[in-house]
Amino acid sequence: MSTPAGTKHTKLGSEDSIRRGPPVEVVRYGPGKRINHWVTAISLILLLLSGLAMFHPSLFFLTELFGGGQMTRWLHPWIGVVLFISFFILFAQLWKLNLPNRDDVKWASRITDVIGGHEENLPELGKYNAGQKFIFWGMAALIIVLIVTGIMAWEQYFGHLTSIPTQRIALLLHSLAAVAIILVFILHVYAAIWTRGTIRAMTRGTVTGGWAWRHHRKWLKDIAGRGRIDPAE
Amino acid sequence: MANTMDSPRTAVSNPPVQPMETNLTQRDLIRRSATSELPQPERQLTPVAKLIDVSKCIGCKACQSACVEWNDTNPAVGENVGVYENPHDLTADMFTLMRFTEWVNPETDNLEWLIRKDGCMHCADPGCLKACPAPGAIVQYSNGIVDFIHDNCIGCGYCVKGCPFNIPRISKADHRAYKCTLCSDRVAVGQGPACAKACPTQAIVFGTKEDMKKHAEGRIADLKSRGYANAGLYDPPGVGGTHVMYVLHHNDKPQIYADLPVDPKISAVVQTWKGATKYAGLAVMSLAAAGTILHGLFAKANRVSKHEEEEAKELVDESVEHAEKREEDA
Repeated sequence: MSTPAGTKHTKLGSEDSIRRGPPVEVVRYGPGKRINHWVTAISLILLLLSGLAMFHPSLFFLTELFGGGQMTRWLHPWIGVVLFISFFILFAQLWKLNLPNRDDVKWASRITDVIGGHEENLPELGKYNAGQKFIFWGMAALIIVLIVTGIMAWEQYFGHLTSIPTQRIALLLHSLAAVAIILVFILHVYAAIWTRGTIRAMTRGTVTGGWAWRHHRKWLKDIAGRGRIDPAE
Repeated sequence: MANTMDSPRTAVSNPPVQPMETNLTQRDLIRRSATSELPQPERQLTPVAKLIDVSKCIGCKACQSACVEWNDTNPAVGENVGVYENPHDLTADMFTLMRFTEWVNPETDNLEWLIRKDGCMHCADPGCLKACPAPGAIVQYSNGIVDFIHDNCIGCGYCVKGCPFNIPRISKADHRAYKCTLCSDRVAVGQGPACAKACPTQAIVFGTKEDMKKHAEGRIADLKSRGYANAGLYDPPGVGGTHVMYVLHHNDKPQIYADLPVDPKISAVVQTWKGATKYAGLAVMSLAAAGTILHGLFAKANRVSKHEEEEAKELVDESVEHAEKREEDA
């Protein structure tokens, strides 16, 4: 294989590389991260449904999806364990890229331009913008609160671990954190839908060159500058 | 006699022998867990109560045996660790427990052996029912009995957190919550609770709540005449009163009776969790979901333009050219 873009060998389809196309495509997530993301996402949706069933009586019917109340009560914490492990594998790979920087302050101060879709007024950004970083850290913090309080409330195995007054506080915090994470989840899903061309980053793994140019130009320039470009067919 | 009344007036008399329909039905529920619209019952049953006179208790545990017998539970064979309690705590198989305290009265320097029969208090405002997320797993009848309907129980243990008296226990065998039923199945057919029936000193008596309060008054007057100036009735108002009451010789300090709560009420944390959090939480989540749907329908989507695709292509082409040039130069 020839290496038209410098001396480095770029493995076809590896993360953070450009396919010259046409059309130009940028690989945003490798298969590992995508599987990891979807395991986390499916767990979160199942937790959301089973948790809401136990949160408000009007949603108790959701237990039917899991085979009844007893099954829901049994499954919910185990799915929580799956989500915790899955999310923190993802966390270990992504946390460095999600550290805040000066561009994030500028981006956040122009939030009205973000919502209005006037991306020309925003600074050029790396792989993640401040909104994505907020979701990342918000999810991480809330998942820690949820797993810790969730274990305290896990009657079957840990009912005797903490006192009843402590468990009351744990359950209150668990439900507050659950409401918060659902809000973050809604924001995450909606941002991915509203910003057209985003979802394919987590399905096919690629985005179009234009998407990268519009939303994460610094990231695109960085990859191009490092010569991570596949040959044109 | 009993079948002409809506509930038995005593546990002492022998029960009617002719078959009788259950007198506690779905139509007699005044509260049902996780159920917002419960039709109000057409009739009001006479409130009943169990009165436990601590000063008359001899600690024989006949009530525990009767409870095990009637409810057909099988508490595990215990281990002697040098305490009077047997078993050591309430369990999913032991709905009532004699708790023993050796207390030295600082005024008289006398050792007093305090024995309190612990178990569900059948609160008028039950914390277990408030905390329960499963519709119909906990119910309250208009006669005051708070009962667990095990078929509807999901085993989450929220009732344990809701209870101000630390009573419900979750079975490790079937993952459902258990506690004293006030023998609702006996009361429904004109019989008093098994423990009251078995008590050899009538330290446990059963009847209408009004009668039990009157009976307590007599007992308290007697105790006062014997020097127990602070004798009184434990019917804590913080939970709206209870349908299991105690006559205590030291009603000014309930805590000496194996930590009987001084002023029990549903924890403020539980109130917040099952009150504001539940309603505000659902509202906020629904608003957020509705808001995004509206934004999605009416606001312009954030789309990548053709121009931007071209810019990207140019950038990539330039990078490739640069790289090739560098290679040639090298």
